[in-house]
Amino acid sequence: MFFKYVLRSLLICIPFLAQAQMENMAVIEKGSYVPLYGRDSVKVKIDRFALDVYPVTNADFKKFLKEYPEWQKDKVKALFADGNYLRHWDANGSLKKGESLKAPVTNVSYFAAKKYCECQDKRLPTLDEWEYVAMADETTADARVKDSYNEFILSWYEKPNSFNQEVGSTFKNYWNIYDMHGLVWEWTSDFNSVMISGESRRDVDQDNNLFCGSAAIGSSDLMNYAAFMRYAFRGSIKANYGVRNLGFRCAKTINNQTKQNDEDL
Amino acid sequence: MNQSSVPTPSKLLKGILLSFLVIVTLACNSDKKEKSYSDPADIKVGMEMNAKLTAPPHVPTPTARRSAKRLIVDMEILEEVGTMTDGVEYVYWTFDGTVPGSFIRTKIGDEIEFHLKNHPDNKLPHNIDLHAVNGPGGGAVSSFVAPGHETVFSFKVLNPGLYVYHCATAPVGMHIANGMYGLILVEPEEGLEPVDREYYVMQGDFYTKGDFGEPGLQAFDMKKAIEEDADYVVFNGKVGAMTGDNALTAKVGETVRLFVGNGGPNLVSSFHVIGEIFDKVHMEGGSLINENVQTTLIPAGGAAIVEFKIDAPGEYILVDHSIFRAFNKGALAQINATGDENKNVYAGKIQEGIYLPEGGDIQEMPISEEEQAENAKPVANLTFDEKMERGKNLYGRSCLACHQSAGQGIASAFPPLAKSDYLNADVDRAIEIALYGKTGEITVNGEKYNSVMPSQGLSDEEAASVLTYIYNSWDNNKTEVTQEMVKAQRR
Repeated sequence: MFFKYVLRSLLICIPFLAQAQMENMAVIEKGSYVPLYGRDSVKVKIDRFALDVYPVTNADFKKFLKEYPEWQKDKVKALFADGNYLRHWDANGSLKKGESLKAPVTNVSYFAAKKYCECQDKRLPTLDEWEYVAMADETTADARVKDSYNEFILSWYEKPNSFNQEVGSTFKNYWNIYDMHGLVWEWTSDFNSVMISGESRRDVDQDNNLFCGSAAIGSSDLMNYAAFMRYAFRGSIKANYGVRNLGFRCAKTINNQTKQNDEDL
Repeated sequence: MNQSSVPTPSKLLKGILLSFLVIVTLACNSDKKEKSYSDPADIKVGMEMNAKLTAPPHVPTPTARRSAKRLIVDMEILEEVGTMTDGVEYVYWTFDGTVPGSFIRTKIGDEIEFHLKNHPDNKLPHNIDLHAVNGPGGGAVSSFVAPGHETVFSFKVLNPGLYVYHCATAPVGMHIANGMYGLILVEPEEGLEPVDREYYVMQGDFYTKGDFGEPGLQAFDMKKAIEEDADYVVFNGKVGAMTGDNALTAKVGETVRLFVGNGGPNLVSSFHVIGEIFDKVHMEGGSLINENVQTTLIPAGGAAIVEFKIDAPGEYILVDHSIFRAFNKGALAQINATGDENKNVYAGKIQEGIYLPEGGDIQEMPISEEEQAENAKPVANLTFDEKMERGKNLYGRSCLACHQSAGQGIASAFPPLAKSDYLNADVDRAIEIALYGKTGEITVNGEKYNSVMPSQGLSDEEAASVLTYIYNSWDNNKTEVTQEMVKAQRR
């Protein structure tokens, strides 16, 4: 017991290693894709991995807080979460009135999301993994060329206040994953690897990939704008931020059973 | 030879006079605008002060009497559903909840401490680029802010003038098209000349999935935006923001100053006030003043200050004189002036000419066979209540600009529909006019009108609805118009 306490106070997490953690996850087959921008405009390879079918819910997170009280609203270290952390929860650690347990948990910092996944013996998906899965619609792995798909995404970006819908309320995509679009933004492990200054015109000057990318694909391609907005959003956040429309889901490496603990060192 | 070098007394006198004149003129010139500083960057600022911001069409009080300050500006970004026109909603992205955003009034030398807050419920990051800023990006880089966060940056205003501010987050065009723009005024040291009334008007173009007037919550249409094919061109964010009960007001004899901006994103405005001549225009919002201007061009992302004295009572209509925008896309606002008539200036007999490019006959489009078949089909008759509701929306879109919100019309230009003897006398005639328009002199409630009403291109159902609404409003005779009655009047 004492040992466990020490570990906890060091913010080290003890995953239930014995348990099979693949329930409610879907397998994403390996493949490659050309990202909108940020890397060389060469194909990025994605290895086979597993991803949570739904975003992490308020109910899931409540369980986590019980297990790891150091992440509760009043105990969390200020370095790891800003003042917005769990703003939709009250001081006693329960949800405020009108909030749904089945809705995705939001107002969580990157650190909290990362820790949550580690405690499930999982990890946050990488930006490339996330974007790779997000290209799919109901029937196609890469639906970015379809107008209807892009319009759906754009129309969500426009609509405020979708964070209180239940998980699973949008569509199941090609990979059997729900809610990639239409519910909340999601943290990725390397969300800030693409730097956007917030001045898009300047970004155009600085990053030829973006400039060429958008020019080549053509001005009527709506996908650009949808992806562009995601990148802009990621560029505006910091790891300690809590944001009302920002949640997360976890991923798991399948092929090689590397210990996530390595990351903690 | 020597003689020429010796000045004669008369030459001497001329020379002295001339140099005296030069000195006097120079002195006058320098007298006119004496500044207490040589470089505005050196202006010392006094105490801190919270800026009072105003929602359109209002403008904060002048700064002439105060010294330069450290000015705290607080602004909140809100993404929210608003009304574009009767029955049509749109998700606006706004600075302070209005389109355009709050008016910021500053004085040259002010140091602005800008607090930009992005509401936690918002989906997107935003920022602000103020054209009044000297520095790369106009503040855009420093002000990039995620939802639920606040960013603070500061700058000193160095150039007097009227400037646009807008969001510059990718995709910039979409942020502007959804309403993220407003005006910031930098007053010169002596302030702007005092006037009786000041108003804040800003034009913008909107792109929606449905065409103009198509009911329901309309989504932004990126394709139309790229093609610059606007569905709405409006003043202050919506159709009718400043007409009817919301019209701007003034009194005869007063001087009115309009701070006019154009947020775009695409269209350039030919700003005109029907029935007025601008006594003064600060061209493009800068220091150059033009006088006696009928229509002034306001670029997208630009502004102008226009001033005029109201000489006669009545309604003055603000338009984008790219005139289809005014009558078909919403670019129309109104100033109601009250006071005594001045027959010397405006006798009232000569009619205010309204430019209607479409004649009653010309604008009919040949209809396809499918449409003809569609028209021939029997349509389920609407109930009275349905007709009233549809009629009200149609009235707001098609009739209100001329006949006004309570059917009162505009004196000597557009006849009234309220308590109208002409209307109530003959329902078939009214149907015919609604369908095909009307040209020539008519007498309504004892007043003569001689104008042009274009054909409205209404379907049977639409004509029945709007006429039923008109007949059952404003003390008219409560006739219910049916689709059969309309059909009978078709030529």
